[in-house]
Amino acid sequence: MTRVPRAARRLPAPARRRRRTSAYLSLLAWLCGLLFFLPVAWMVLTSLHSETDAATNPPSLGASLTLHGYREFFGEGSGISPWPPLINSLTASLVSTLLVLALAFPAAYALSIKPVRKWRDVLFFFLSTKMLPLVAGLLPVYLVAQHTHLLDTIWLLVILYTSMNLPIAVWMMRSFLAEVPVEILEAASIDGAGLATTLTRIIAPITMPGIAATALISFIFSWNELLFARVLTGVVAGTAPVFLTGFVTSQGLFLAKVCAAATVISLPVIAAGFAAQDKLVQGLSLGAVK
Amino acid sequence: MPTQATDASAHGPNGASHARGRTTMDRARARARRAPLLPALVFLIIVTQLPFVATVVISFLRWNALAPENRGLAGFDNYRAVFTDPALRSSVGTTILLTVTVVLVSLLLGLGIALLLDRGFRGRGIVRTLLITPFLIVPVAAALLWKHALFNTSYGFLNGVLTWLWSLFGSDSPPQPDWMTSTPLAAVEVALIWQWTPFMMLILLAGLQSRPADVVEAALVDGASSFDIFRYLTLPHLRRYLELAALLGTVYVVQNFDAVFTLTSGGLGTANLPYTIYQTFYQAHDYGRASAQGVVVLLCSLVVATFALRSVSSLLREESVR
Repeated sequence: MTRVPRAARRLPAPARRRRRTSAYLSLLAWLCGLLFFLPVAWMVLTSLHSETDAATNPPSLGASLTLHGYREFFGEGSGISPWPPLINSLTASLVSTLLVLALAFPAAYALSIKPVRKWRDVLFFFLSTKMLPLVAGLLPVYLVAQHTHLLDTIWLLVILYTSMNLPIAVWMMRSFLAEVPVEILEAASIDGAGLATTLTRIIAPITMPGIAATALISFIFSWNELLFARVLTGVVAGTAPVFLTGFVTSQGLFLAKVCAAATVISLPVIAAGFAAQDKLVQGLSLGAVK
Repeated sequence: MPTQATDASAHGPNGASHARGRTTMDRARARARRAPLLPALVFLIIVTQLPFVATVVISFLRWNALAPENRGLAGFDNYRAVFTDPALRSSVGTTILLTVTVVLVSLLLGLGIALLLDRGFRGRGIVRTLLITPFLIVPVAAALLWKHALFNTSYGFLNGVLTWLWSLFGSDSPPQPDWMTSTPLAAVEVALIWQWTPFMMLILLAGLQSRPADVVEAALVDGASSFDIFRYLTLPHLRRYLELAALLGTVYVVQNFDAVFTLTSGGLGTANLPYTIYQTFYQAHDYGRASAQGVVVLLCSLVVATFALRSVSSLLREESVR
């Protein structure tokens, strides 16, 4: 906060004190960062240990590393492959994200660039759906899915995840679209560009970083979802989080295996999150914070 | 902000035309404006709002999946059952306690860390990245991590560290608490706080960085202390961001299912409302009562949501003024 001149060797006492405080605060910041990261580091380290080394007290930090936990996760011992749930998760997340983008992009246009009447009310309607727990509508969804034979299919999850992420996406994209310069749009309309052309040829390229961030956040939320996947899927369409909950056995040591599983399943989210880091706040705060 | 400009131009022609008789062209134009919005709006209403309506209807029915032929109107019976059910009443209490604790603690921690990160220092980007990571662990994975790798009595990391510390001082009988059974709710809370502090931190840090620097510098020149600056400049500026972070955090934490389900399976007084609904629905097959619970949850959320929406809307207005 305080800017101390670099070359000042003989600083007055208060400045020197301030400088020392600043060093302590930096140290504290580092400690906080490391403390919060510690469980993650521990997870990764444990995943690389053998089951016996993982389950010692005190923990054996320097134990030799092995990929045994990962091999176990990929079904070496049990013969249960994690690929079907991983592919289910990937399909559900990717397809729903694409659907979200396809629906949210034009909607955001109609809420920012050429706004409909009462666009604020519409915007807040979108947001309010996000604030009401979908679990309260779980039963009707289940019953309808049962009748339409959508239970235990990915498509049901795709529909639900799309509706879950659509409000966030509309809000995010609206805030990105609102930044498109008006002159460009006027020029386009003078040149006779229609809605589709304007959206795909003019607005999309300008707002690409925003669209990408929206896609990543929508992907993360779909990938993480457990409750609906657990209730509405079974053997066929179970997703990675559901697979993870069924992974813990009551017999034998499983800590390294669980940590390996948790690491593998979190990897796509961590990658997406780091990629979207700068826009993460804007997405999570629904575009209210830049 | 461009929205303002386009907004004005959007209402301009309408205002100029005769207010009474809107011409066909106006109507066609309005329809053209609405067209890109409709798919998203209709989709969302069908998938998220119709189920709520159905839930309200079912909540007044006597309907158990195990006795499907005995279906009929139940009046307020389900609601009576819901409100006299001690399990549900305690789960309301648990939900409130869990949400308030998690949101408050992670908000305070997030504020502290955001203040630390708002200063320039070496490796700031790295520290920020380290801090965000907990938020990016899949919630189920995080819950499993805490349950088995950290809280476990015999080989969890926490008790391992205790063994270490005690052996440093020459003791070989360290305390080995059973975190999950002695303090089950606190265990869930700690795991959630760990995941939600980065969220709060990110929003508050964004708030801090939008604070006008010149005012702070002027105050420094005038000899204001760091505390004064925090109390009279930073905190008032942060108020909206604190509100927003708290309310969005509340919205997400109230709906938490993963941590409760994985860590304690709702046992030992940790069952919150989403978990209780899940249980009623999944295990008891009492559709009517599950729906009545759903309606109660819905009404509670509506109260929180109203406040949250107001906060977001004030931020939105502030943004358009800027």
